[in-house]
Amino acid sequence: MKLQYLDFEQPIAELEGKVEELKELNQPGIQEDIKRLENKARKELQRLYSKLTAWQTVQVARHPQRPYTLDYVHALFTDVEVLAGDRAYADDAAIVGGLARFQGQAILWIGQQKGRDTKEKIQRNFGMPRPEGYRKALRLMRLAERFRLPVLTFIDTPGAYPGIGAEERGQSEAIARNLAVMSDLAVPIISLVIGEGGSGGALAIGVGDRLLMLEYSVYSVISPEGCASILWKDAAKAAEAAETLGITARRLQSLGLVDEVIDEPLGGAHRNVQLVYENIAASLARHLQELQGMETARLLSHRYERLMHYGVVGAA
Amino acid sequence: MNWFSRVLPPKINKKVPEQEATESKRSVPEGLWSKCSTCQAVLYRSELEENQQVCPHCGHHHRLTARQRLHYFLDPEPRLEIGADLLPVDPLRFKDQKRYKERLQEAQQKSGEKDALVVMRGLLEGQPVVAAAFAFEFMGGSMGSVVGTRFVKAAESALVERCPLICFSASGGARMQEGLLSLLQMAKTAAVIERLGKARIPFISVLTDPTMGGVSASLATLGDILIAEPNALIGFAGPRVIEQTIREKLPEGFQRAEYLLEHGAIDQIVDRRQLRSSIARQIGILMQAEHSA
Repeated sequence: MKLQYLDFEQPIAELEGKVEELKELNQPGIQEDIKRLENKARKELQRLYSKLTAWQTVQVARHPQRPYTLDYVHALFTDVEVLAGDRAYADDAAIVGGLARFQGQAILWIGQQKGRDTKEKIQRNFGMPRPEGYRKALRLMRLAERFRLPVLTFIDTPGAYPGIGAEERGQSEAIARNLAVMSDLAVPIISLVIGEGGSGGALAIGVGDRLLMLEYSVYSVISPEGCASILWKDAAKAAEAAETLGITARRLQSLGLVDEVIDEPLGGAHRNVQLVYENIAASLARHLQELQGMETARLLSHRYERLMHYGVVGAA
Repeated sequence: MNWFSRVLPPKINKKVPEQEATESKRSVPEGLWSKCSTCQAVLYRSELEENQQVCPHCGHHHRLTARQRLHYFLDPEPRLEIGADLLPVDPLRFKDQKRYKERLQEAQQKSGEKDALVVMRGLLEGQPVVAAAFAFEFMGGSMGSVVGTRFVKAAESALVERCPLICFSASGGARMQEGLLSLLQMAKTAAVIERLGKARIPFISVLTDPTMGGVSASLATLGDILIAEPNALIGFAGPRVIEQTIREKLPEGFQRAEYLLEHGAIDQIVDRRQLRSSIARQIGILMQAEHSA
């Protein structure tokens, strides 16, 4: 697959483009030139990614070639069984979930799913769930509780879908219910932000015992564009909004809101998916082991305390 | 006056002195007399006061401040405020065109509140209750760390006293200026409500105009009983956002209390003047087992 470049990556695109051209020429004696250019490209990549702005990180998190939930599910798990439907209204393709084994261990997985091509994007509503998606997730979580399966969730959504039908079927209540139930679900819950953590629509599958983020993923109370259009009255100020909202994995970790930031290859997960799969597997295995060693009552009281500690307040 | 003010262009309209005195239609009218923003009826202030800021002619429910709300709702004595010592800070050093710190100061001066939720313990027709009210007048009633923490205090107090919790929501949603910390207040408030349920302490959520976004998608829709005031705007996404997304006109009455009732999203619509007696009756029934135990 041909690598797609983001706007700010144009200097790398040019260098790597030249490398490709030279490789195709396949003339003797240009090996040195290729090596030199490759080095230069790598340095440029390092330079760009060492000082990535919050807004550039948003671009990487939304990269069209970034792995999505089902990519991770099939790479990390075996015995994958997809389960559909909320048993009340519909099956929402923007949220996927089911059974699987992770390193032999039985688990239940849930995630938001974006589409790759235009047709799939529309089918999956660009990863923006409707209430039936959240209710499917809720149904699966209760299934997990009944059969004592740890829940692994993959967060990747611009947000819950703002549409007439979604409102009529109780988008607010669907999200709220998940938050309440997840706060007390009697099995371990680990959430991993793999791309965009878009507000309440992300949180609705993101309450649990661990919050992990991929290095170039973002998690925010509102999209930078939305914030800019409200506070600056100008969506073009999204870069400034992204900066001040503090939405990157590292910033959120420094605020004590994220348990672990999982390394990505330079340039983002799509440049070396195998490496990302390995990093995630190692991290999930470690956290899962810690949580499964805990008695349920202790697990839930820890989770509750963790939720109660969210927030920074002053005192009179 | 009626037809006259309506035909004037908005700019001139603003300069009509009576209109000036009533401020905008969103706030509660002040002065000796005022005009209903909906039916344009001229009302004495005392008449509005007696009707809890509901227009006696058309029934329009004017917005209340958090303190007005609790004043109308609770028995006059005793009242004890909870969580007033919790104050907002600026953990992100957030800055848009203005600093968050400045916005906080301005909101505090304008509203007289320190943040957007006021909590009191008191009595409702003699029954002990904890009541919380969102201050829409404080940064649009937005939920940040202080609102979330005060709500938890309210719920904890209800748990300890084993008395019902009633919350009046009026909010644009999560407070952007505290970033992800605000979003996580949704999970925090939901978790404490789950505890109330497990302890069989009733949580009555009263959705007032407007209840949107992160507040609607957390504590406000998690009540054992969901009551809305007439014509209150209630929803997850704002109407403008939806219109821009789907590029269609929204149906008549969309996201209004009556629309929600019709779609099965809430239990009841109750006139503000009946809220005290209605809620007192319902918590009496829900607490029956507790009291006979």
